[in-house]
Amino acid sequence: MARVNLFFSKDHEWLRVEGDMAVVGITDYAQHELGDVVFVDLPAVGKELKKGDSGANIESVKAVSDVYAPVSGKIVEVNQNLSNAPVLINQEPFAAGWIFKISMTQASELQELMDEKKYDEYLKGIAGE
Amino acid sequence: MINFILSEFFIKKMEGALKKTKFNEAHYVLKGKMIEFCGWDLPVQYSGVSAEHVAVRTSGGIFDVSHMGEIFFRGPQALDAVQYLTSNDAAKLFPGKVQYSGLMTEKGCFVDDLLVHKISDTEYFIVVNAANLEKDYAWMKSKTTQFDVEVINESADYAQVAIQGPKAGKLLAEFTKTDLAAMSYYTFTKGEVMGMDAIIARTGYTGEYGFEVYIKDDAQKASKLFLELCQKGEKYGIVPVGLGARDSLRLECCMALYGNDIDDSHTILEANLAWILKLQKGDFIGKNVLLKQKETGIQRKLVGFEMIGRGIARHGYPVYVDGQQFETICSGTMTPFLKKAVGMTYLPIGKTEPGSEFQVKIREELVTAKVVATPFYKFDQKSI
Repeated sequence: MARVNLFFSKDHEWLRVEGDMAVVGITDYAQHELGDVVFVDLPAVGKELKKGDSGANIESVKAVSDVYAPVSGKIVEVNQNLSNAPVLINQEPFAAGWIFKISMTQASELQELMDEKKYDEYLKGIAGE
Repeated sequence: MINFILSEFFIKKMEGALKKTKFNEAHYVLKGKMIEFCGWDLPVQYSGVSAEHVAVRTSGGIFDVSHMGEIFFRGPQALDAVQYLTSNDAAKLFPGKVQYSGLMTEKGCFVDDLLVHKISDTEYFIVVNAANLEKDYAWMKSKTTQFDVEVINESADYAQVAIQGPKAGKLLAEFTKTDLAAMSYYTFTKGEVMGMDAIIARTGYTGEYGFEVYIKDDAQKASKLFLELCQKGEKYGIVPVGLGARDSLRLECCMALYGNDIDDSHTILEANLAWILKLQKGDFIGKNVLLKQKETGIQRKLVGFEMIGRGIARHGYPVYVDGQQFETICSGTMTPFLKKAVGMTYLPIGKTEPGSEFQVKIREELVTAKVVATPFYKFDQKSI
């Protein structure tokens, strides 16, 4: 299935638009770079984030990484399953490994993100560096 | 995302060409994820840190540790020089015996920690940390001018491969005639491994049964050995292991890492390493300070801890005792085998007993941790 309504940030978060809400996770590239996720620090529901603010933290054995909000808004739901099974981020980064849902306050910010095709090109650029 | 904010392993410094170990080619064949470490081009992982860590605990792992430094002491006063530089009593060694020891500053702190191998009365072979090699070598040379001894850095000649884990002996036995089963912990012998002259030591940095093998042959033969070890190791579940799991394995069994748990500002007594401090032996660097500290008592001590609250304490995170900041976390991670968030840190005396609680500042929150007995993991002799 083609992944429609999917946007990507340069920091390797993905965002799927559902009405005025967006589901946020990290990409397959990101989970692979990070390695086995052993801990996820989720934001509080109701927390307001500006685009670029750290929304969550993901830790592997040897690394700690921020998940930045790709758009501004308020956290409306977090993926509680990650507390017990952080490895879902590795196993299904685009599905069961979603991290938080955010109600967007500035939908125009989506314009600044990449679509899947552009993100793939962006990754090729990284690989070529 | 992907800002590896804490992991020194992921910081690529591309200043000039990286040094290659003799096993370098093998890492590319095995598709290791290569990073810069202390100027070396080394694998941080192959299949993944967690999987590699667990493999070492249950079967075994093969590590390129050629970046470690090899320094030889040769001459009539080799022992005197070693004794003067180090904290442990090297006079207790017999040929073929290895000793863990501290290279001490005048203040009884660490220039480095090291392994002393006695080859003969006039020859000792010392293994030091890669990050400290140049510093150690300069220190050793400058502090031993009064002795009839030659201190020689032969690191560039040696490649070192560690084979660690309950099945390490079975695998290595396929490559050597040396009676590995007869070797006791912390001994070494000269032998042949895949037709190459080798020093085979029953040492390691994983808390498992295992061996460290030093060879001097060229890169082609060395890489062939590494690859064959991996190939023949497969049937035992033995896998190549990178620097990531090397660090998590040593932390799980509470082996100190220079720059994290021990350094030149904490004494050997504070580091809870009194077992490698022999104050009754002759004069050595740092002795007077340590004698005095032993008498007056230490004010802080390195302890192991486990997180009670949610979170993983990492190197550099601030530690709070009774609301006051007290130093920072030395080492910490979520260990892949025990699956617990553990670590090591210095705490003030009076707060170091198991069960004693303190806080760690993780991002902006204070999270509670408690002191626990160490090591976190101890290997089962019966598993071999």
